[in-house]
Amino acid sequence: MENKNNWRAWLYLAPVLLLMGVFTFFPLINTIVISFMKDYKVTTGANSGFTFDNYGYVLGLVEAVKGTGVYDTNFFSLTGPSALSNTLLITFITVPISVVLALVIAIAINNIKFLQKFFQTIFFMPYVTNVIAVGMVFAVMFDVTGVVNSLFGISNPWLSETQATWGSVMFVLCLYVIWNALPYKILIFLSGLQGIDKQYYEAAKIDAAPRWKTNLKITVPLLSPQILYITVTSFIGAFKEYNSVIGLINRSNSAAGLGHDMYTVVYYIYDKMQGTNWNANTQYASAAAVILFIIILIFTFIELQVSKKRVVY
Amino acid sequence: MANALSNRFNKKKPVNVTTQLNIVIPSAHMSVERREKMDKVRHIIGLVITYLFLAVGALIVIFPFYYMIAASFMSQSELDSGMLFSQSNIIENIKYNYSETFNRLNFMAHIGNTLLVAVTTTTLQLLVTILSAFAFSRLTFRGRDTLFMIFLSTMMIPGEMFTISNYITMSNLKLAGNSQTIWQAYLTMILPFISSVFYIYLLRQNFKQIPNELYLAAKVDGKSDWEYLWKVMVPLAAPTLITVTILSIIGSWNAYAWPNLVVSNQDAQIISVIIRSGNLNLIYNDTMEKVMTTWQMTASVLTVVPLLILFIIFRKYIMRGTSRAGIKG
Repeated sequence: MENKNNWRAWLYLAPVLLLMGVFTFFPLINTIVISFMKDYKVTTGANSGFTFDNYGYVLGLVEAVKGTGVYDTNFFSLTGPSALSNTLLITFITVPISVVLALVIAIAINNIKFLQKFFQTIFFMPYVTNVIAVGMVFAVMFDVTGVVNSLFGISNPWLSETQATWGSVMFVLCLYVIWNALPYKILIFLSGLQGIDKQYYEAAKIDAAPRWKTNLKITVPLLSPQILYITVTSFIGAFKEYNSVIGLINRSNSAAGLGHDMYTVVYYIYDKMQGTNWNANTQYASAAAVILFIIILIFTFIELQVSKKRVVY
Repeated sequence: MANALSNRFNKKKPVNVTTQLNIVIPSAHMSVERREKMDKVRHIIGLVITYLFLAVGALIVIFPFYYMIAASFMSQSELDSGMLFSQSNIIENIKYNYSETFNRLNFMAHIGNTLLVAVTTTTLQLLVTILSAFAFSRLTFRGRDTLFMIFLSTMMIPGEMFTISNYITMSNLKLAGNSQTIWQAYLTMILPFISSVFYIYLLRQNFKQIPNELYLAAKVDGKSDWEYLWKVMVPLAAPTLITVTILSIIGSWNAYAWPNLVVSNQDAQIISVIIRSGNLNLIYNDTMEKVMTTWQMTASVLTVVPLLILFIIFRKYIMRGTSRAGIKG
């Protein structure tokens, strides 16, 4: 009986297959192909054969125009901040801090009864916002004459285009990324915590185990599936940071002020696609996107390998 | 897993199951009363610390929201001096900031664009998601599981891989470019986001929980697959569908990179791109320009508050739906 459904199933799937064919599977292959094309032009589709130079250009190893000695160090550089180093830094600062913080907050919310729903709601609120809009709020708060400086009685030019240091911009950016990343993690951990059988805690109580030990030896192992899920997804999310940078400092397509020392990988990709030379630069954007894809693949693979040993199911 | 853990405890200290509970006291020199009292004190101290910690955290989390609203009630000079709240002429400030922001940004038009794109995308998304989730959960066909795995694996790929080529596709379809009409702009914002593997996954999980007996009963009644899907499965999956709707609207509201890239006709642009534009600068003495952060904050309030209202109304669905993705394992 069920086999008769065969052709009908494909009818149900027709819309999604058509859409994903055009907007997911074709672009995936096309972007990889473009990343290997020499002198690719978006408007005409013209190119002159295959090359690895796009990757060389993005990594700062090949000049844009041969013999000029001008390298693009925006994506990768050994001498200063680059899109890649900024992205890695953002990832390795914000992911561990936000995971641990979210875990502690979730455990704290789970331990109380009075006002539990209230705190749960408050801590979830940043999830339901507009990243650009709140980024602008952070920018105003951290203005030289802004409320943060006046509250602490200092006058640090956190984000000023002309006076801020790379470190202070990075600090505010990480703060904002963490603020943005917490709600989802807290929610996932809380729903995990509420699924843990109460008898484990009663057993620990009979053993007179101290609270911190209970949390470390029971809660964390039992939450390990959620911790793994959150770590993997937030690594991927942090590698793609872009909207928060735009909201916070908005220096897109402009060489003004600090220039491009707050590039992230995705920022670099969009800049290449939108700048004055976008028609010729899209091949570099493609190469950078493929590099991002490979980095994410490697990290996900490593995390899944580690999890095989650590996660209790 | 449960067994393994209880074994771990049992190994250390075999628990005798009796009608009476034996309290084990590791430090023998302490009397039971003293021990209980200490536990109580420790418990209260722990609670106080927990509440303090949460209160401070909540303050930090809520502060940007507070300050955004407070700043939209201030004059520019008040905001520039880092005040916590406006101290004079609040009514006038509000009138000035909000009317200027509304006019300069053509706010209602862009909110309208955002709503139109969000609602259209979500509606089409629901339709496509329901159809494909039904095929993946209810129907059998060769290669079903392989195809679903391929779908799932695309979730790991960074969106920029798609964006680059989709932009080229949109240019080739003559939907993007300099002479873009409003409707072409809407299409470019909607088309690539109709298919969502994540929502198909969510709904498929829900559909799979619907017992087989219902399907067989419907078949006995002479119902077709199509009728069964819309009359039985869709109503049963209503909570998931509401969740998908809300998440999708939040997603559309938050879009920035793609509309900014692909929409050249600014009349069709959505609000999150518009608030980052230079329209909120005050030009004085003909040439001098000043960024009016009070207007920026007003625009932020106007953009964020509709979402917050949506959140307050549908809090239960949003929080339950968002967490569902995490509990799989």
